[in-house]
Amino acid sequence: MNEWCFQSHSPEDTDRLAETLAPLLPDRSTIALSGGLGAGKTRFVQGLAAALGVPREYVVSPTFVLCQIYYGQRVMHHYDLYRLEREQEFWNLGPEEAFAAPGLVLIEWADKFPNCLPAEYLEIEIRSTAEPDQSGSRAFYVRGHGGPFETVVARLQA
Amino acid sequence: MTRSYPNRCILALETTCDETAAAIVDEQFKVLGEVVASQDRLHEKYHGVVPEIAARAHLEQILPVIDTALRRAGVTLRDLSGIAVAYTPGLAGSLMIGLTAAKALAVALRLPLLGVNHLHAHIYACKIATGQQIFPCVGMVVSGGHSSIYVCRGAVNFELLGGTIDDAAGEAFDKVAHLLGLPFPGGPFLARLAEEGDPQRFAFPRPFIHEPDRLQFSFSGLKTAVRYTLERIREKGELPSQLVRDVAASFQAAVIDCLVAKAVRAVQMTRLPRLCVGGGVAANRRLRAALNADAEQGGYELIIAPPKLCTDNAVMGGIAIEKLVVGQFDDLSLDIQPGLVRV
Repeated sequence: MNEWCFQSHSPEDTDRLAETLAPLLPDRSTIALSGGLGAGKTRFVQGLAAALGVPREYVVSPTFVLCQIYYGQRVMHHYDLYRLEREQEFWNLGPEEAFAAPGLVLIEWADKFPNCLPAEYLEIEIRSTAEPDQSGSRAFYVRGHGGPFETVVARLQA
Repeated sequence: MTRSYPNRCILALETTCDETAAAIVDEQFKVLGEVVASQDRLHEKYHGVVPEIAARAHLEQILPVIDTALRRAGVTLRDLSGIAVAYTPGLAGSLMIGLTAAKALAVALRLPLLGVNHLHAHIYACKIATGQQIFPCVGMVVSGGHSSIYVCRGAVNFELLGGTIDDAAGEAFDKVAHLLGLPFPGGPFLARLAEEGDPQRFAFPRPFIHEPDRLQFSFSGLKTAVRYTLERIREKGELPSQLVRDVAASFQAAVIDCLVAKAVRAVQMTRLPRLCVGGGVAANRRLRAALNADAEQGGYELIIAPPKLCTDNAVMGGIAIEKLVVGQFDDLSLDIQPGLVRV
């Protein structure tokens, strides 16, 4: 596992991170997002979707419907585990299909069920850094798990 | 085949989220019988709708719910002229149970299958409740999963004008309620607390309010602003209960300001004569009052679904009567569509 940290001082900074990351992601990439309520997980997915040609407004919080699919330059499966209590409930959504498909799988609140993640994935943990105010500075800890994603992190570090 | 009821009537099923519901509605939109089996108590300890519980409970409840609705209506399966079912949007597992039951009944009884868009049905609740013509209108659905504004030209002609770009209004209520430590379902508890709070104590953001022509909502930043406010207060120690009420009231006021501003603007932009509002959040007393106050000044007609028809129910599936009348049937290839359909 290797790690790279990105400081975001605005939603636009977050978009730049997403734009940088998008072309580095191999097919069948799973991105595990964590960080509390309001950390900016959905906001990051919006940036990534925009970088892949999906209209930003198509990407809304999947808290209610649990999974959304966007068809951009790459297919994106967008999961949200916020309301789930047990691993089985996640498996009931059929994520194996998404993991096996070419394209990207984004999972919000992924830290709830670490056992459900594939062997190789990219982890992004978002932490508020500034004094609690509305300027919203965030630190994005990007961690590569497994060869292909360690390569992604290495390229970010370079 | 003899019928015990003279008018054509349909069975409508609703299993999009946590309610298992069935209703018998006739072609005059008279509700002959209905049942809503709520799963709220099952969900309470999980702070939300848990899909596996929802799907399993739907499976257990769907047949008794249909039987009860028929019995209350005083009709039998032979009296039906169509089977309506909400097939989009919602939780995949839950939608599947309603749609499968509807298909089985349609095949066994050789009746038309009538697919219903759950969000269109929420707006149509305004017609069923009042009996008056509602089209054309601006329709707004505000619920746990959705905050959408439509141009509604007819029962089978809805065009999405805009919606939330992140969290739905009801989702924001529930998540902020969770931040405030309130039990599930958080929204109604938060609204009750807000009644005793000062809505001007905290100036929470009202996204896009200064971009009037942008018919969109964003409640994610509002949620984050509440979180920051609570963290700031908690740093200084305990959270006094009056402050909690003030946060609740100020948050609710911000959400309502956004909803009202955009709904009213949609009426102005489309120049349609009326605004129809449905969905669970439309049961909120303050929202209803704010919408009413604006409609009086604005010179358009306002219809808000009665609270009983705001939360999920099958009666609003009576919108399918309009499809039955024009012969717009679905075939057995009709599939669930869990996500929001953009047309």
